[in-house]
Order: sequence, then structure tokens, then C-alpha cells
Amino acid sequence: MHELSIVQSIVETAVDAATQASASRVSKVYLRLGVLSGAVKESLQFCYSIGTLDTILEGSSLEIEELPVKIYCAKCREVRELPDIQRFRCPVCNTPSGDVRQGKELEIGSLEVDLP
Amino acid sequence: MTPRILEVRKKVLNKNDELARGLRERFHQAGVFTLNLVSSPGTGKTALLQKTLATMLAQGEKVAALVGDLETDNDARRLAESGAPVKQIQTHGCCHLEANMIASHLEGWDLNHIDYLFIENVGNLVCPASYDLGEDIRVALLSVTEGEDKPLKYPTMFHSSDVAVITKMDIAEACDFNRETAVANIHSVRPEMRIFEVSAKKGTGMDAWLDYLTAARKSARG
Repeated sequence: MHELSIVQSIVETAVDAATQASASRVSKVYLRLGVLSGAVKESLQFCYSIGTLDTILEGSSLEIEELPVKIYCAKCREVRELPDIQRFRCPVCNTPSGDVRQGKELEIGSLEVDLP
Repeated sequence: MTPRILEVRKKVLNKNDELARGLRERFHQAGVFTLNLVSSPGTGKTALLQKTLATMLAQGEKVAALVGDLETDNDARRLAESGAPVKQIQTHGCCHLEANMIASHLEGWDLNHIDYLFIENVGNLVCPASYDLGEDIRVALLSVTEGEDKPLKYPTMFHSSDVAVITKMDIAEACDFNRETAVANIHSVRPEMRIFEVSAKKGTGMDAWLDYLTAARKSARG
């Protein structure tokens, strides 16, 4: 359970970006979360209201976009989406592949802020 | 006040990643080959390291270890018996190591006198996966007592690792450990991953593991 420390990093990153843009308040944080990132959506949501207390993010909402794993299949020469993270094989031709093209993201895409 | 969308596009763990990049560069320049050992509590990270450090020291290799633990320094004391420089990182409840903890515990060490740095992470198969420590190689350990399906239960950790070590092979039979299933499960989450099967207690499989370390350092550092 390291989601609280991740929330603290979200807050730091968001406060930096908002302050640079002279925003006084953040109302929404849009997070891109890959299923291989190691962080769990529900736990992040649970920790978010605590981690944002007494910051310009207090009362804001965390909007999480979950990103499935996509691998490159060298045989099909295609990027394929995996249905789960237990089998790193092309879902079409069954060739194993560790060439991950999506799914490790843990990043803030954008913020909804109040500007003066 | 008008709500506006502000594009940010920044990694949440950017600060850790940047610190890790800096560490990686320092290790590279000083010729230090760094390994980050991850596993559940009780898999045998410390036992493997005890044997590894003692054997490598006897061969004249320059080794050192950083050991993460929540509260005690028991593991560091066990490892220090080998004679290698060892430091304990007490995380006080934090369930993983972060790059800044590595950086602060390197103080006082001359990296030019270290060829292999082993980092024993906190026993935890979830959280350490997210934190780059500047290592060259991440090693995931799995003991025969844990069940062959551990890689499927914790795919993120096994996927993020570079090599796997199956530990406690001396009691595999008593545990009804199915080697083929375990290997298939590891390869399911990380195709073609290199796997070592060792018993630190009996010493079996240690030669292959130690040969790998020498070869991996050579190919990374020349």
C-alpha cells in the first residue's frame, strides 16, 4: 500500500504546475494510470481526499483513466491490447512478447484549475 | 474565476525517476554494477546475499550491500558477518525503498572501491515495483514454499524484473514444488526471462548465479 505516497507525489506535481500557471485552486486532476504501474485505482481514490487536505487541491476530484497493456507483436507486426496482465502473448497469434508499448503510465495528463 | 484546463503531462514519480537517473549515471561512472533484489518477506533475499557476498569477497571481488527493512537492522548484521561493507536503510513503516534513500545511504562510501552493489529491498511484492533505484538489474526472488502461481498473482513485480531466482531449491521436493509450472508462470508474465534455481543453504546453483553476475557486470561496464 504505497498509494498515499503516490498521492503525495501527485499533489506536489499538481501544486507546482498550478502555481506556475498562477492558478489559485485545482478542481480536477486527470490521471493516466497504466495497469502495470503498480498503483491501484481504488486505493488512490481512497487516499486522495486525505493527501490533498490543506492544499490547493482540497475538495478536488481525481479523474482516473485506466490504460490497458499494449504489446507489440513481432509476428503480426501490430500493437495489440492484452485482456489481462498474466499472459504476455499476442491475443491473436499467441506469440510471446515483452515489448510493452502501453500500460506503465502513472502521469498527470491535465488539471482543471481556477484562474484569476 | 473561470475554470481552465491546464495541460501538465508529467510523470507522478518524476522526482524519484530523476534521482534514479542521477544514481545510475554515478554508478556507471564509478564502475558499480547495481542489483535491486525484490521478493515477498521470507523468500530468502538475505540468505542469498549472505552466500553471494561471502563467496565473492573470498574471490577478491569488491562488493557492498544496502538493506531495506521497516524497523530492525537484523538483516544488515547478518550480512555484515560476511565482512562486506553493509548499511541498513530503516524505512520506518515505508513499504518500499526510494531513490533518495539510496542516495543518502551512499554517503561515506567511495564508489570507486565498489564493483557490485546489492540492494535488498523491503520484503513486498507490490510497492517496490514502482520505484526505480538506479539499478542495472532488478532481481525477483520466488521461494519453493510460496507456490508456483506467485508470478501470476504479482505480475507487475515479475514483469518489471530482469531476472528471476527460485530459492530454497533444497526443500523443493518436500513442498511438492512443480518446477515446470513455476517456470511457465514466470515466462507467462515475462517472456524469456532468465531464471536461476538455487539453494543458498546447500550452495547448489550458486555457481551459475555468480557466473551470471560477473558476466552481466562485464557486459554492462566492460
